Amino acid sequence: MMVVLKELTTEELLAPGHRLCGGCGASIAARLALKMTRGPTVVVQSTGCLEVATTIYPYTAWRVPYAHIAFENAAAVASGIEAAFKAMEKRGAWKEHVDVIVFAGDGGTFDIGIQALSGALERWHDFVYICYDNEAYMNTGIQRSGATPHGASTTTSPAGSRIPGKAEWKKDFAAICAAHGIDYVATASVAYWNDYMTKVRKAIEVDGPAVIHVLSPCPRGWRCDTSESIKMARLAVQTRFFPVYEIEHGKYALSVKVPKPLPVEELLKSQGRSSHLFKPEHEGEIGNIQRRVDANWNRISSLCGEVQK
Amino acid sequence: MPCEGDHDDGGVKEMRTRMGFTGDEALAYAAKQSTVDVVSAYPITPQTIMVELFSEYVANGEVDTNFVCVESEHSAMSACVGASLTGARVLTATASQGLALMHEMMYIASGLRCPIVMGVANRALSAPINIHGDQSDMMGSRDCGWIQIYCENAQESYDWTLQAFKIAEDPNVLLPVTVNLDGFILSHAMEGVEVLSDEQAKRFLPPRRLDCRLDPKNPATIGALCLPDYYFEFKKQQDEAMKQVPAALAKVTEEYMRLTGRRYGMMDEFETKDAEVVLVCLGSTAGTARSVAKELRARGKKVGLLKLWLYRPFPSNEVADVIAGSKVVVVLDRALSFGAPYGALCQDIVSTMYTSRSKPLISNVIYGLGGRDITPSEIGSEYEEALAAAKTGVLGEQVKFVGVRE
Repeated sequence: MMVVLKELTTEELLAPGHRLCGGCGASIAARLALKMTRGPTVVVQSTGCLEVATTIYPYTAWRVPYAHIAFENAAAVASGIEAAFKAMEKRGAWKEHVDVIVFAGDGGTFDIGIQALSGALERWHDFVYICYDNEAYMNTGIQRSGATPHGASTTTSPAGSRIPGKAEWKKDFAAICAAHGIDYVATASVAYWNDYMTKVRKAIEVDGPAVIHVLSPCPRGWRCDTSESIKMARLAVQTRFFPVYEIEHGKYALSVKVPKPLPVEELLKSQGRSSHLFKPEHEGEIGNIQRRVDANWNRISSLCGEVQK
Repeated sequence: MPCEGDHDDGGVKEMRTRMGFTGDEALAYAAKQSTVDVVSAYPITPQTIMVELFSEYVANGEVDTNFVCVESEHSAMSACVGASLTGARVLTATASQGLALMHEMMYIASGLRCPIVMGVANRALSAPINIHGDQSDMMGSRDCGWIQIYCENAQESYDWTLQAFKIAEDPNVLLPVTVNLDGFILSHAMEGVEVLSDEQAKRFLPPRRLDCRLDPKNPATIGALCLPDYYFEFKKQQDEAMKQVPAALAKVTEEYMRLTGRRYGMMDEFETKDAEVVLVCLGSTAGTARSVAKELRARGKKVGLLKLWLYRPFPSNEVADVIAGSKVVVVLDRALSFGAPYGALCQDIVSTMYTSRSKPLISNVIYGLGGRDITPSEIGSEYEEALAAAKTGVLGEQVKFVGVRE
């Protein structure tokens, strides 16, 4: 299944006029996902940019039922909602099936929310968990998270004269989810809208838990122009920095093949958060990152059954 | 064993049934009769029996409940909030560290006006780790905006659980409730409990009226960001809801009395009318204190007992009316409030009496931490000392630790 542009709904379940920044990847991720709903849908959100900027009382941008409860528990809240609809259906108090979609940032997912998510996946609740990954705690002012890439300068991993930004490497979130044995896990990038939207629908149609990890640039945190979000989301894929693939019933498959990758330097030099890597005192870091990117790509493409080149 | 009863308001004489239950089991059995849609919980001593027994009901198909056995208490309360917003009747149970882990979510459950009922098998908080009974856990969360009820025995555990749902779901209230049982003393001790038939229970407490706030046909945003321009109004409304509790509780307990013959309320008094000394406490200690007071009364001593069923909202006026006529009030606290002038219950009593026209002397007894027993003789000594103080008008220590090695 691929999305056909002409057939896409013009209905905007995430209404315009919210207060997210220009170029915000999270708003694109949420808006596109909501165009793929198949019927009655409830949205659950963890605390984060997408929540605070779309629900400032007495306004809301959400044209679907929406619940934000706290930061670390979106998956647990979704568990309760899904369980409640089922229970009420059982006693005849509720009739129709309701899809539950979670939107949570990388902080609310990779870090503080990983336990609740793991529990919900293990319990096999029927819901879709979409992690919009902007690679740091953008809502609180660009602090590093477990999703922040190595070498990125954030306000809690600042590039100094001795330390070149974040020392640690990004978690392999998709593999963590897949290790629960769930039927569907995918990575995506907002630059590849058709691939992402197709995956959202696929995830909704899974009977059980499904996870999508979507790269959603934050111009403010990545230090790039607001007009360049999609370009950044594409460059991350084209440099093999962020491989786009899916894991269906444990089987990996590349969604976006990158036969002629750009050097990772192309991505790093286009963002202010990595500009320090080009200074003489941090010489060698770009090479380290390139080697890691290559190794990761080889690992993923091998899992995907691609012939190594 | 079944025996005859005549309290059924349907006019039909139904057999009364007595069952052997621990406090935990009594709560689980009441939940079984409450058409609970979702139970989400995590095991912790001494609450475990509640969820184990309920899981058996689920496993044997005795209930239609969806039991979500989560990976932490934080997730338990999170799932409860989600389920409650969906319109389900929801129950959870915890104790001690589990309650502490839920603390963040307890404010959200009450702030979002979720009528969840939670059994709490009161237990000491670490450190040092201790699995036994005291009330530090609930006292640490007493400002969370939950209605808080304390039980004296397993019968009360059963009775209050059924009534708690009805109070919580009153449209004027819509607040969560904790039903507190002293860890081990109540949670694990077997007693005879008179139970309703399933039909009687269902008539008293029908399934929750559908109140889905996440209805796709009528989309609403729950848990919005409220800045300084609106947050305060939300909190004021929540406080107003709390003020509706006594009226709702009176209605529910009256209906329950007609059904069972057992009368509940905000508090339970024993011989307080002409008492010179009134002892105030929460939970199972009331049973011991009542028997001591009975003996003292038999010897002509003017002592009484005030047991609070309802701790939040605190029934200030009613408490003041009861104790204003006494000379000395002894307040028992099974929890410490570090650095505060008194234990939590005593702080409430002292502040209540400050505005009362008559001001009895008030002494505070801290007891029973980490499951340390309080004996009838210790309670007897407190009564005797207070009687002496009633004569002299002079108290010894204002705050006293009883039963601790110094």
